[in-house]
Amino acid sequence: MKKFLALSCAFSTFAFAAQADITVVSWGGAYEKSQVEAYNKPFMAQTGTKITMTSADNPAGPIKSMVESGNVTIDVADLEYTDALRLCDEGLLEPIDPASLPPAPDGTPATEDFLEGAVTECAIASMVFSNVYGFDTTKFSDQKPSTIADFFDLEKFPGKRGMRKTAKANLEMALMADGVAPGDVYATLETPEGLDRAFAMLDKIKGQTVWWEAGAQPPQLLADGEVAMTTAYNGRLFSAVVTEGKPFEVVWDGQVYEYELFGIPKGAPNKDEALEYIKFATGTQRLADQTKWISYGPARKSSLPLVGLFEDGKTEMAPNMPTAEANMKRSLRTSVDFWVDRDVEISERFNTWLTN
Amino acid sequence: MADLSANGAITGSNVAVTPLSTTDGRSLKTALAAAQSRAKRRALLLVLPLLLFILISFVLPIGQMLLRSVHNDAFSANMPVLSAWFDENPGKAPDEAAYSALVSDLRQARADKTAGLIGTRVNYDLAGSRSMFTAAARKAPELEPPYRDAVLAINADWGNPALWQAMRSASTPYTANFYLAALDMTRDPQGNIVRVEESRRIYVSHFVKTFVFSGVITAICLILAYPVAHMLATLPLGKSNLLMILVLLPFWTSLLVRTTSWMVLLQEQGVVNNALVATGTVDPANRLSMMYNQTGTVIAMVHILLPFMILPLYAVMRPIKPHYVRAARSLGASSWTAFRQVYLPQTLPGIGAGALLVFILAVGYYITPALVGGASGQMISNFIAYHMQSSLNWSMAAALAAILLAAVLLLYWLYDRLVGIDNIKLG
Repeated sequence: MKKFLALSCAFSTFAFAAQADITVVSWGGAYEKSQVEAYNKPFMAQTGTKITMTSADNPAGPIKSMVESGNVTIDVADLEYTDALRLCDEGLLEPIDPASLPPAPDGTPATEDFLEGAVTECAIASMVFSNVYGFDTTKFSDQKPSTIADFFDLEKFPGKRGMRKTAKANLEMALMADGVAPGDVYATLETPEGLDRAFAMLDKIKGQTVWWEAGAQPPQLLADGEVAMTTAYNGRLFSAVVTEGKPFEVVWDGQVYEYELFGIPKGAPNKDEALEYIKFATGTQRLADQTKWISYGPARKSSLPLVGLFEDGKTEMAPNMPTAEANMKRSLRTSVDFWVDRDVEISERFNTWLTN
Repeated sequence: MADLSANGAITGSNVAVTPLSTTDGRSLKTALAAAQSRAKRRALLLVLPLLLFILISFVLPIGQMLLRSVHNDAFSANMPVLSAWFDENPGKAPDEAAYSALVSDLRQARADKTAGLIGTRVNYDLAGSRSMFTAAARKAPELEPPYRDAVLAINADWGNPALWQAMRSASTPYTANFYLAALDMTRDPQGNIVRVEESRRIYVSHFVKTFVFSGVITAICLILAYPVAHMLATLPLGKSNLLMILVLLPFWTSLLVRTTSWMVLLQEQGVVNNALVATGTVDPANRLSMMYNQTGTVIAMVHILLPFMILPLYAVMRPIKPHYVRAARSLGASSWTAFRQVYLPQTLPGIGAGALLVFILAVGYYITPALVGGASGQMISNFIAYHMQSSLNWSMAAALAAILLAAVLLLYWLYDRLVGIDNIKLG
């Protein structure tokens, strides 16, 4: 399909006339809903600009082919950090001037208000999400998993596992489960022995693992009984527990967290409106509001005190954030530089490992 | 000359030889040629839109894409001074002049914001080097001579011969490295071509797997489709048309709908497994894994590609008269001999068409393996998609696609030699 897009560049003359409505591509599910509620609805009410929200397994996917074929149909893409950096490097995203971002309510400039590393050349972070694992409480009656090592321990906690079909986050978790301190994880992964060690941990559960690709899959796998525990984005598990009343529990030990960012593809049809949208969505109040619908941490310091209750009106959100102190005891922030450098090499190895 | 002598032969030797001409005195031959070429031009004008369409929408984009497999100028275009040094000093270890060229290029890259682009290009050949370029470019404006020591002070890995080897090979825009990588090979620091370490050999095995899968799928499709097509062809038209709808209905249904239906049916907690457990055929603890593996890919793809086998077979079988087989039987042939020697040869054009169609479609299949293939059911097209969308290494995607295309063309040529392409009938 995407190949088709690239090849049909010659047909771009048939592209429909641009409208002032903007298209935002996100990840679907509970996360997308939180963006619609917290950003899109107030933005539409305030500016009258209509927002079309579409979803993809990874919104970074189609951007290069769109930009190169000159047929960009996306105005704003919700990107993972490594993808944002890589796309920016290749000149596929519009640069965003950090000075144009609105300051915090107390006047602190945006560049200081955002968490460290949250403002990049081409993309602005909206929130912090985390790769954690969750389990089905009905499957573990007497003893419950509580550490990252338990996820890799089939003897103590038998049952199928679910993991995202990427090397990223899985290797880090494997090393932490093997006793590597979070601070040493990337230094260890850079050595061939460290990489072997991570794969050896994954070997332990490989035969019992179901691989997922879209963020909405893991809660579904748990609910269907296909797996007993699975890695997932923390917000997805939270939504399944609180809104759907599923008997799942999140284990924060060994979480791997990272930023999620908004970027504008080069040549976006409504660049100005897209920039307005990003400025609006990454404002202090909007970021705080988003936590009303999903348990991802806001990327601005000034948003934290404004975090309140979930939309059900009774669940306190602060303890459910990846950035809550109790959840950060053993945690790791994804090293973007490591992954941009090594992604291809390690992915090749990961894919070889998967098929053997 | 030929017509002159012909004329001479007809008119005899005593009559003056005059070439035939039109009433306005032009030679008939030239007039005819002119008229014919006019007609040809007009005919060409008729097919011109289609020709242009194919050229613009098919040949050009594919050619441009395939060009990327050998051409990548991200390094050579953005590191001109260092590239020139590589040109002038073949095989030489980097000296102070090389480091000075490196720093001057990195300064420019810093100003043009191309350091990431350069690093990404070198990173294809040497993993882990991208961030060295971005980091060094950030610091390049403050560096002072001697540059060798200054650069090595940023990161001692700048002295790594493998890095300089990678930069040297990236300094020419044309490279065969992507083809090497697509065949699980690489160059060692001395420039020799060697296989990559075993844990990273992935593409060759997937090429093989893709062709084996496609062959298996084609064979299963043929076995399933042959009796169905035969029945459709021999039934009275009214009934066979009704049954034909059953073949065409899935053909018209969205690919995604059909694929996800198989997921519902075959997954571990799915309909088939539940039924088997309920009837006691399968132990609840050992449910069959029929989805997210090779089995899932083969089942779903056979179902999706089956109509492409049934339809050509049906088209060939329909006009075959039943008299031939009857005649063979009455002459004493057993039913097997009659089928093998009389019926089967007449259906060969349909088998050829169906098999070729199914096989070539299967080789390039991408959505279905991605959805139901899990870890073991992936095909080479899934890796092409990975390099197009995730790693953004389009040169690599192009190299993989070119090899796939070449392999298919080779098979097509073999097929033409063995079966003969004229022996194909689509209907």
